[in-house]
Amino acid sequence: MTAVAEQTGPWLAEFTGLPSIAPWAQELRESAFQSFARLGFPTTHDEEWRFTNVAPIARASFTKSLAAGQVTGLTGGAQAGTLEEARQHLGHLAVFDQNAFVALNTAFLEDVVAIRIPHGAVIQEPIQITYNGVAGHATHPRLLIMVGADAHCTMVESYTGAGNYFTNAVTEIVAGDRAVVDHYKIQRESLEAFHVATLAAHLGRSANFVSHSISLGGALVRNDVNVVLSEGTEATINGLYIVNGTQHIDNHTSIDHVKPHGTSHELYKGILDDQARAVFNGRIIVRQDAQKTDSKQTNKNLVLSDDAVIDTKPELQIWADDVRCTHGATIGQLDAESLFYLQSRGIGKQQARALLTYAFAQDIVDRIKVLALKDSLERILFEKFHEHRQK
Amino acid sequence: MALLEIKDLHAAVGGKEILKGIDLTVQAGEVHAIMGPNGSGKSTLAQVLAGRELYVVTSGEVIYDGKDLLAMSPEDRARQGIFLAFQYPVEIPGVSNLYFLKAALNTIRKSRGEEELDAMDFLNLVREKMKLMEMDQALLNRPVNAGFSGGEKKRNEIFQMAVLEPRLAVLDETDSGLDIDALKLVSTGVNAMRSPERAMIVVTHYQRLLNHIVPDFVHVLSEGRIVKSGGKELALQLEESGYAGLGIHDEEAA
Repeated sequence: MTAVAEQTGPWLAEFTGLPSIAPWAQELRESAFQSFARLGFPTTHDEEWRFTNVAPIARASFTKSLAAGQVTGLTGGAQAGTLEEARQHLGHLAVFDQNAFVALNTAFLEDVVAIRIPHGAVIQEPIQITYNGVAGHATHPRLLIMVGADAHCTMVESYTGAGNYFTNAVTEIVAGDRAVVDHYKIQRESLEAFHVATLAAHLGRSANFVSHSISLGGALVRNDVNVVLSEGTEATINGLYIVNGTQHIDNHTSIDHVKPHGTSHELYKGILDDQARAVFNGRIIVRQDAQKTDSKQTNKNLVLSDDAVIDTKPELQIWADDVRCTHGATIGQLDAESLFYLQSRGIGKQQARALLTYAFAQDIVDRIKVLALKDSLERILFEKFHEHRQK
Repeated sequence: MALLEIKDLHAAVGGKEILKGIDLTVQAGEVHAIMGPNGSGKSTLAQVLAGRELYVVTSGEVIYDGKDLLAMSPEDRARQGIFLAFQYPVEIPGVSNLYFLKAALNTIRKSRGEEELDAMDFLNLVREKMKLMEMDQALLNRPVNAGFSGGEKKRNEIFQMAVLEPRLAVLDETDSGLDIDALKLVSTGVNAMRSPERAMIVVTHYQRLLNHIVPDFVHVLSEGRIVKSGGKELALQLEESGYAGLGIHDEEAA
């Protein structure tokens, strides 16, 4: 307990100094802070954090500041929601009693960004929110997206910054029946930054949800994606992580089939170089009620160096008997024959490596439907592979 | 000066010697056929010429255009005008044919001191060569060889050769797996490229390809050595009496 008290001490001072807020939100804050004080930062003894040591975050001292997310694209019926509108959802989707980072984020509830898409509204333009990390600061971005029944929207969350800072983000999405939601997260934090984030989505009946999580930056990164499906819900959970140097990235996903006839497709791909380390843990839960569930999980890793390490683990909890669940993980290197083929046509070895590395990521990039985003990502990846390999 | 001079070439894979002293001289403008049973070392020779690292040259030398070929990387060999049409072209998902071929052509052009082709000129060139090989232009936007039939892959190799215009083309069993129509098409493509400046080494198991691509010289490879050389009539002789007529088993231990 002493260790926990030492950890929470500095945060307590910040917590007591928070400006006041609506009484119900203050209650939520306090309850969350109690959870954080009880849990403390996780250690590698916690099964959920076995391969990810967050001691560098626990030890560091940052000044708390407002996340100040920049929102653009609130058009065609998409509205900024009020804190009151957020009340019924905040803290209910991303639960904090078992996750110290979600608890910490909720304790520092302040500049919540709530977005409401009314029933039946079809929003063509992507709604974008950008966070910019500043050296020495900790921020707790909190985003709540409430999508009405039959509404369509696309949401792009982007993270950038400079220097050593800590982003501790929580995004909650509640999608009504038959809603269609495309969510993109582009994590391009500074290479010195810590980034911990939870995306929690509750999806209505026959809703269609696609999550694309692209992780390129950060020194120490943990992404949790937790999705709960209803009857006939279709969820596609895709991810791409590209790490080199001493970067560490941990992706934990949880796909919870609660009702029958749900479909989930998950594809996470990783590219690791140098001494980078990656973790993939894919939990799929099929509850007793969730008959006729169709679930597929794939994790593929391309390892470019001898020293990079990947830990990949499927975690299937299946309680229903009439379901189809498949999972698979691969870890491989660049194909020597493909390399030779490209070289034999005059393409230099470094360029050939870059081309094949890029090709590995291609199918995730191809799934991006926001064209401007896809183009810029293609450019970023292309430059990344070419530059990195020429050092 | 010969375009290619192979002297007492020995090569091994996984510690096992496959080529046991190959001597071969190829002049510009000539077409040489290398025949031999399975396991005789034909494909190894083709791969060694292109620079595949899997094969270790243990002794001997290869002089190409006055230079030490074995000292060059595979990409440098290609830039100097060597082209290998693969027996089994690899599928490369995620890299489009168009992008791949443009990158290849422009690197080779650059090393020849020529200007890179812009998108328009490149497309015109590619369309013309595709027509020659009766290939569907839609293939350009598909990934390299991915989902191609065996015949399409072989045609794609010759199409690439037509675009890259090598000085020395090595065709590794380009006839295998082709029906007669595809064989004719591939042969027409190859024959269209015969010229006084260009040499070809045609590696094949069967004589049938040589009815369409008529060689100047035929060499018979057995157990890693050239055991007989002659004119195009040697291929016909093989057709009649088989490898056994030369005292060679049709299947050699690889």
